Amino acid sequence: MFENADLSLVDWSRAQFALTAIYHWLFVPLTLGLSFIVAIMETIYVKTGNEEWKRITRFWMTLFGINFAIGVATGIILEFEFGTNWSNYSWFVGDIFGAPLAIEGILAFFLESTFVAVMFFGWNKVSKKFHLLSSWLVAVGANLSALWILVANAWMQNPVGMVFNPETARNEMVNFWEVLFNEVAVGKFLHTISSGFLLASMFVLGISSYYLIKKREILLARRSILISGIFGLLSSLLVVYTGDFSAKTLAKAQPVKFAAFEALYEGKQKAGLVAVGILKETDKHIGNTAVNEFAFRIEIPGFLSVMTSGDRDAFVPGIYDLVNGNQSRGILPVSEKIDRGTKVRNMLEEYKTARKNNDNARAEELATMFRDKKFNDENFRFFGYSFLKSPDEAIPDVKVAFYTFHLMVMLGFLFILEFLLAIFFLFRGTLEKHRWFLWAALCSILLPYVAGELGWVLAEMGRQPWIIQDLMPVSAAVSQISTGSVITTFVLFAVLFTLLLVAEVSIMIRQIQIGPKH
Amino acid sequence: MNRLISSFARIFRFYYDGFSSMSWWGRRVWAIIIIKLIIIFIVLKIFFFPDFLHRKYKTEEQKSKYVLEQLTKSL
Repeated sequence: MFENADLSLVDWSRAQFALTAIYHWLFVPLTLGLSFIVAIMETIYVKTGNEEWKRITRFWMTLFGINFAIGVATGIILEFEFGTNWSNYSWFVGDIFGAPLAIEGILAFFLESTFVAVMFFGWNKVSKKFHLLSSWLVAVGANLSALWILVANAWMQNPVGMVFNPETARNEMVNFWEVLFNEVAVGKFLHTISSGFLLASMFVLGISSYYLIKKREILLARRSILISGIFGLLSSLLVVYTGDFSAKTLAKAQPVKFAAFEALYEGKQKAGLVAVGILKETDKHIGNTAVNEFAFRIEIPGFLSVMTSGDRDAFVPGIYDLVNGNQSRGILPVSEKIDRGTKVRNMLEEYKTARKNNDNARAEELATMFRDKKFNDENFRFFGYSFLKSPDEAIPDVKVAFYTFHLMVMLGFLFILEFLLAIFFLFRGTLEKHRWFLWAALCSILLPYVAGELGWVLAEMGRQPWIIQDLMPVSAAVSQISTGSVITTFVLFAVLFTLLLVAEVSIMIRQIQIGPKH
Repeated sequence: MNRLISSFARIFRFYYDGFSSMSWWGRRVWAIIIIKLIIIFIVLKIFFFPDFLHRKYKTEEQKSKYVLEQLTKSL
């Protein structure tokens, strides 16, 4: 793909980034969701003046604090990795990626140093209303902080609002609002934060169920289940809605990823959505890439077409269409994209030579072309394809995309059922009698974590071979450093994050066993 | 001026009281935070995560040239 790239270096760099991101994501979603649950509980306390609600709020705030504190700064390592392991990428996108990450850093700093302190130290020292305001600001701020990270990630999925400057070899932001309101960013932000709300609701439901199983803290458990059940149900419905919205944007921005997560090879109208399926490899190949077929599947007829555009008759392109092209549908073959990308690379080479030979007139002429919108739309957007050796390299791992997507969706529907049952049993007054449900809720605490990580694996693995969709493959983005140093830091991170996780879980379990003290 | 000093004193007192009356879990997570930040910003950043381009090149122009070279070198 990229002749000079050392594959083991690329693989280890990817593995290290994946490890860091996966661990980081174990801390983040609980912060996003639990902050809102705590703020809702405190609002009820301030409105009713009922001290039991204060006790409930303070208990969940303690667990929020443990998670928040242990998770702080784990994401900063990802930014270190950009500079060390992904320097070509960092430079290539610096101007665009830098702005959202800087805003996130400033926001997180002010939020963490002020309102979190009021949340924890301010009981009985500031007014009830100011304390409540601080709790809400922490919740809103934490979620806004996530917005900027997700905007940056969405740009990698759908690069917009920039122009490439050959002089600096960087993409420069020309439209901040286009970057911020990038369709993928909107869908990704809403889908991600709502999944965090869901995760936190399941966390509260599960721990409250533990208290009911142990027949202690009954009032706290019931009230917490009421809040988490309703908040969780609304969140899980929002997850479905935003997931559907994300699918629509994905079908436009990343059609190969979309086809891969449905293992759709032949494009068709009235395309069905696979509800459940098992894939098997076949002898057929696209280039060197094996084609998968369904050994078994249950399909909802026409639903995939509806998902993409709301029209049951809509054509959904398959992997064959997207790789080989489909003239009647206006889909370019990857070979053509490789040609266009190569043309851009040749121009870049020519620009470099012109600068070297002090041929400023030619260099300026080429630089002007890079600023031209038509040139960008027709050619530069395929720049990354110039690094591919064959068209099949543009296909992500279909099995990974298919299974991660379907497992995530199945878990999503399971969560809706659990929240519905929790509310139903609670209102009927029979919750404690259904011990199987309490045990199921307790065991389900981990499942939203699994679903969230699957979502990230789908988003990132499904984008392969790209680090920036169509513009840069991962192999061109990596720094030329020694593989040994990447392996060393990989092991260091694995140890560090595991220790942090063990610390969090042990402090959390101890605090849950102690229960609310106030 | 006195009001400013008084405000700072109140803020200081707020944090001081908060930290000094922390529960066991608060003390423990603060210990973890401090150890973690030392590891991340001193050990990892300095010894394991230098900025690749910054270490190799002094000027922005040199960095641009290097990346341009990387993006075109297999042609």
